[in-house]
Amino acid sequence: MSRNAAEVAATVTDPEMPMLTLADLGVIREVREDGDGVVVTITPTYSGCPAMDEIRADLRRALAGAGYREVEVRTVLAPAWTTDWISAEGRAKLAAAGISPPGQAPRRPAGPVPLMLGTPRPAIACPQCGHPESEQIAAFSATACRELRRCPVCREPFEHVKEI
Amino acid sequence: MSFDDAYGALTDHDDDARWAYGTGFADPLAGVPTAFSPAADRPALASYCLMLGDDALIMSHRLQEWVTRAPELEDEVAIANIALDLLGQARLLLTRAGEALGDGNEDALAYGRGPAEFRNVQLAERADPDFAHLVARLLAFSTWRLAVLDRLRDADDPVLAAVAAKAVKELTYHREYAAQWVIRLGDGTDLSRERMQSAVDALWPLLAELDHEPSPLAPKDWRPEFDAVMAHVLSTATLTAPVPVDNVAEPSDPSATFSPTQRGGGGGGARETELDLEAPASSAPTGRDGVHTPALAEVLDEMQSLARSVPGGVW
Repeated sequence: MSRNAAEVAATVTDPEMPMLTLADLGVIREVREDGDGVVVTITPTYSGCPAMDEIRADLRRALAGAGYREVEVRTVLAPAWTTDWISAEGRAKLAAAGISPPGQAPRRPAGPVPLMLGTPRPAIACPQCGHPESEQIAAFSATACRELRRCPVCREPFEHVKEI
Repeated sequence: MSFDDAYGALTDHDDDARWAYGTGFADPLAGVPTAFSPAADRPALASYCLMLGDDALIMSHRLQEWVTRAPELEDEVAIANIALDLLGQARLLLTRAGEALGDGNEDALAYGRGPAEFRNVQLAERADPDFAHLVARLLAFSTWRLAVLDRLRDADDPVLAAVAAKAVKELTYHREYAAQWVIRLGDGTDLSRERMQSAVDALWPLLAELDHEPSPLAPKDWRPEFDAVMAHVLSTATLTAPVPVDNVAEPSDPSATFSPTQRGGGGGGARETELDLEAPASSAPTGRDGVHTPALAEVLDEMQSLARSVPGGVW
C-alpha cells in the first residue's frame, strides 16, 4: 500500500465543512493498522451530529479504496471533543473560506456551569475585511457548531465556529 | 456523497448510512465501548437512561414544531439545532437503555411504546401556545437538565458519564439561548412583558414534578443550582416567580395555576391518565411513573405515525 492508513484517514473531509479534513477538525483519535486491516477511532463533535454516519462511511470508503480489506470505525465519546482540537492549518482553512475560526474554549470554573449572560466575550474579527470586532446575529447557524455574525464595517454576515 | 448535489446524496445507494426512520441508519453507539461494569445494576441503569432519553426525545419533538413558526428565521435555525442536539442525546440514551435491558433498540423504544410506557417528565410534553411559553419551558428544561447531567459526568456507567459530559456543553448553549429570550421579552415592551410573565406563571406549577425522581442513580442536589439560575434570569428579565420555587405545591394565587388546554381527546393512544394539575404534590405520580397529560399522546401520534403504519418499512 502506497500510503499508510493514518495518512488516508487524515485526508477524508468533513461533510459539513468540506474545506476541513478530519485531521484538521481533530476528530480522529487513533488509527491502528493490523496487516491489511485498520481500526480508526473517531469522536463526534456534537451528540446529534448528523454527519457522523457520513464520516464513518467516508472513512470506510477511503480506506477500502487505498487497499485495506478490513476497515473498522470505532467511536469514543470521552473525553468530549473541543474546538481546541481544530489544528492551526484547519483554522487557516476556515478563515480562507470566510468562516471565523474558534478562539480558545472557555475554561470551566469550579462549581456550576455559569450563565454567560452579559459576560464580555473576546472580540471576533471579520474574516472578510479583517475588522477586529463584529456583532452576533444568531447563536446558532447552519450547524450547531457555528453562530451567525455580522461585520459593522463591511456589513458582510459570516459564520463563526463556536468555542466548546 | 458529493457536496454540491443534494439530490445525489439522497439517491447515493453506495452510502450505507442514512438518517431517518426506516432508512437503515446506524446504531448511534456504533463502535463505542459499551461493556457494563460488573457491579452495574442494569435494570436501574436502563430505567434511568430511558427517563433521560425520553425527556430529550419528547422535548426535541416539541421544539421541532416551532421550526417555520418562530419569530425570525434565525430562531428557527437555533431551535432546530437545539432539537437536533436533544435528539442526539436521546438516541445515545435510548440505545444505552436498550443495551442495559438486553433487548430493544432505539427505534423500538422510540416508536414502539405507548404513552404510559414513556418516562419523560410532563414538562417536556407540553404544547406551547406561544413563543414565550416555549422559551420559558426551554429555560427550565435546559437549566434542570444541565444541572443534572453535570453531576452525571461522574456516573458509574461509562456511557452515561460520557453522554452527560458531552451534553453539558450543548445544554450550556441551550440555556443561554432560552435565558436571552426570556430577558428580551420580559424586559421589553409592556405587551411582551405581560405575555412572558404569563408564560412563567403557567410554567411554575410544572416544576414540582422535577423533585420526584424515583431513580436511585439520579443526582439529588441539583435544586439550589436550578433555583439560583432561574432567580437570576427572572430578576434580570424584571419578571417574578409566582411562588417560591421550593413551595410550588401550594400556590398563593390560585388563578396563577396551570390549566391544561387539551382536556379530553388526545388521539390514538388511550392509555394516558390525566392528572389533576390544580393541586400538584411531590408524592403524586408523574411522568416518571408513566402518568402523562393528553399532550404526550398528541406528540406520539405524530412522531410514531410512520413507524406504526409501515412497521419495519425501508426505503
